[in-house]
Amino acid sequence: MALDEYKPQSGGAELDGERKSFDYVGTRPERPDGLDKVTGRAKFGADAHAPGMLFGAVVRSPHAHARILRIDTSKAEALDGVKAIVTRADFATGLTGEFANVLENVMAGEKALYDGHAVAAVAATSALAARDAVKLIEVEYEVLPHVTDVDAAMAPDAPVINDSYADASVPEGFNANVVRYHESGHGDVEAGFAEADMVFEDTFKTEATHQGYIEPHACLGSLGNDGKGELWCCTQGHWYAQKYCAALLGLETSQLRVTASEIGGGFGGKTTVFIEPVALALSRKANRPVKLVMSRSEVLRATGPTSSASMDIKIGFKTDGTITAAEGTFRLQGGAFPGAPMEFSAMCAFACYDLKNVRQVGYDVVANRPKQAAYRAPGAPMAAFAVESVIDMACNKMGLDPIEVRLKNAARDGSKASYGPRFDQIGMVATLEAAKAHPHYAAPLEPGQGRGVASGFWFNHGGETSVSLALSEDGTAQVSVGTPDIGGSRASMALMAAEVLGIPYENIRVTIADTATLGYNDVSHGSRVTYASGLATIKAARAAVEKLCQRAAAKWGIPEDAVKWENGCAVPSGPNAGDFDPMPLADITATMGQTGGPISGHFEATPEGAGVSFGTHIVDAEVDPETGATKIVRYTVVQDAGKAVHPTYVEGQYQGGAAQGIGWALNEEYIYGEDGRLQNTVFLDYRIPVASDLPMIDAVIVEVPNPGHPFGVRGVGETGIVPPLAAIANAVSNAAGVRLKSLPMSPPKILEALEAGGDA
Amino acid sequence: MPKVQVHLWSALRRHTDGKDVVEVEASTTGEMLRALEQAYPGLAAPIEAGVSVAIDGRIYATSLTEPVAPEQEIYLMQRLKGG
Repeated sequence: MALDEYKPQSGGAELDGERKSFDYVGTRPERPDGLDKVTGRAKFGADAHAPGMLFGAVVRSPHAHARILRIDTSKAEALDGVKAIVTRADFATGLTGEFANVLENVMAGEKALYDGHAVAAVAATSALAARDAVKLIEVEYEVLPHVTDVDAAMAPDAPVINDSYADASVPEGFNANVVRYHESGHGDVEAGFAEADMVFEDTFKTEATHQGYIEPHACLGSLGNDGKGELWCCTQGHWYAQKYCAALLGLETSQLRVTASEIGGGFGGKTTVFIEPVALALSRKANRPVKLVMSRSEVLRATGPTSSASMDIKIGFKTDGTITAAEGTFRLQGGAFPGAPMEFSAMCAFACYDLKNVRQVGYDVVANRPKQAAYRAPGAPMAAFAVESVIDMACNKMGLDPIEVRLKNAARDGSKASYGPRFDQIGMVATLEAAKAHPHYAAPLEPGQGRGVASGFWFNHGGETSVSLALSEDGTAQVSVGTPDIGGSRASMALMAAEVLGIPYENIRVTIADTATLGYNDVSHGSRVTYASGLATIKAARAAVEKLCQRAAAKWGIPEDAVKWENGCAVPSGPNAGDFDPMPLADITATMGQTGGPISGHFEATPEGAGVSFGTHIVDAEVDPETGATKIVRYTVVQDAGKAVHPTYVEGQYQGGAAQGIGWALNEEYIYGEDGRLQNTVFLDYRIPVASDLPMIDAVIVEVPNPGHPFGVRGVGETGIVPPLAAIANAVSNAAGVRLKSLPMSPPKILEALEAGGDA
Repeated sequence: MPKVQVHLWSALRRHTDGKDVVEVEASTTGEMLRALEQAYPGLAAPIEAGVSVAIDGRIYATSLTEPVAPEQEIYLMQRLKGG
């Protein structure tokens, strides 16, 4: 549905219902950061430099689970160039909740909880001296039994990571490694299964994968004994970094100023802190700035991958494809700390469908692995893999078309979501219809190829947001936002500001402000930036326009409400307002100092109308039965964007989700040895897709406007990673003729499945 | 004070005598959460851990000031976050 066909419905408080078309939004101008990035002018985390800067390095546990008996730093301290060494004793005490968990992850206390867990850190005058000093720090461990697999960690006799983690939600009788429990749904699933003509039931597993951002974590911290500090870091949320670093170091939040660098990818993995508090602690001790840059090995061993998962799915169908009941159990391992996103697995699993009877259960399980971090739509991709695989199995068995079955059961406007509430205006059916109509869906397959279809859902998010827009005397504008640009948001903000102000996109510069120069901002996560910072930018621009109209009214000597804003000019609102020539923005700002002062607009709020998002993917895969190698030969993404502000960036988000999904589905996995150590700690062994692994990924933008945004925008950053695991698994299974139930579908697993036989 | 019906996720039933829909007096989301904690002390921990509220299908991730009314469909949900 195009925006001009849309009529606001209940809950559409924000949507600009009178708007029929856009001048700037929906165009594809050049990226504002493009030149800086291709010429090397952009400053990433590791590019930060300060006079007198020291270099940090971290001592990491070689054991998956070990009690720390003694740390002897004397030899390292004696090394030339070493200026400071910190251990857990150099951080705040008495923290609780997530602050305590993050501190424990940043620097181990009594126990090392996973291979790669930080236990001490050094600052020295050179990176080489720091690395040499790390080797001189002696740590005496008592090695403890460990567990890294999610199902093994739930076993009654599994080694317990921490017997105080479990909260009151966990039913009695579970190992203490089960730390949280979720259950939701509605209807009577047993009655629904009794109504079914056929019931399909199976178990699925996915391995942990890393977000795989190109830029390793890097920061430069400077903290004096007076408690005042500066931090430059690559992060998705510098206010979050400010808050957590201040807490972990016992500082007043406002005394720490944090600046976000350009960011080389995040995908959720940079929504927390790892080395930032360590750099500040070293700096406080050495009284000099300290730079810390992770190696790729450190990134893989010690920063958050996604959870691994083990899942049971049961779905009942009538012979025409109608789902009578659905049930899922989702066991997610989130590393050595509570927080695996099992509730999102559960809530998203069946959200694409309008079900009378549905029940979903989730278990948050801890194990001796790094603390999981968010990864695009955390928890949803693995759930979709399991659910959409069972739907595909049912379609194959019953001889039904997979898109028609999804259409028959699809969630629609007003459907009761599997997680409870009724949906507002949604685009699930629109994505399915667009997928069905796409030439890809009707294209013939070659021998040895199979086609897979899958749909996916993600909530999207709003969050605390502040934006400031300032006009310059020459009629250009500066927009300050607080959400690091991880997906093209500077271009989107400029387009939305241009739309309101009526001045060219090129006349607007968008800057990511630091924590000292703008109000609080939530992290760039939850697909929230284009939605929330965009909404705030529009409202800040509208506030500036109101002032522009006031200045014009004063000059013309007419009431303020007799002036309106059109095409970048103040104009009389009607014939009765007077006969005046349009007054361009630049004419007003040229004299703004003499007509009342600088003109700017601000907006601070927590927008709460993010609007959920759906997508449907079509994949063709080819399997070599002799080697088990898989090639993705064609890929089409269809997703609802609400309104695509900069379509090229939106298509990039869709393609990026598909590319990461191809890696997750086919190659990527954390491989632990019997000793609990991570075996594949470099990209040579942890294989993310490269260009030659990928086909051209066709991106189809569906636009079902979000009633919660003035221009109808929905976030697009996460939904694109939800369907790929399932769509690829369905394609590979249909190509191989056997069902693949465990990710990644590496060649050995495919050969094993072919040998075992069975149905797709 | 008007009475609103609040739908809970199933795992919370253990704290509400087996009920997954409960009624409390409230005119805002904040008042509603406080009333839930007072009526069912077992809900205090999950509410403290973070909840979102869906009102007539729109999800309010953190707001304590959103008006609630008896005729609305209100769901308590676990706090949303993302990547």
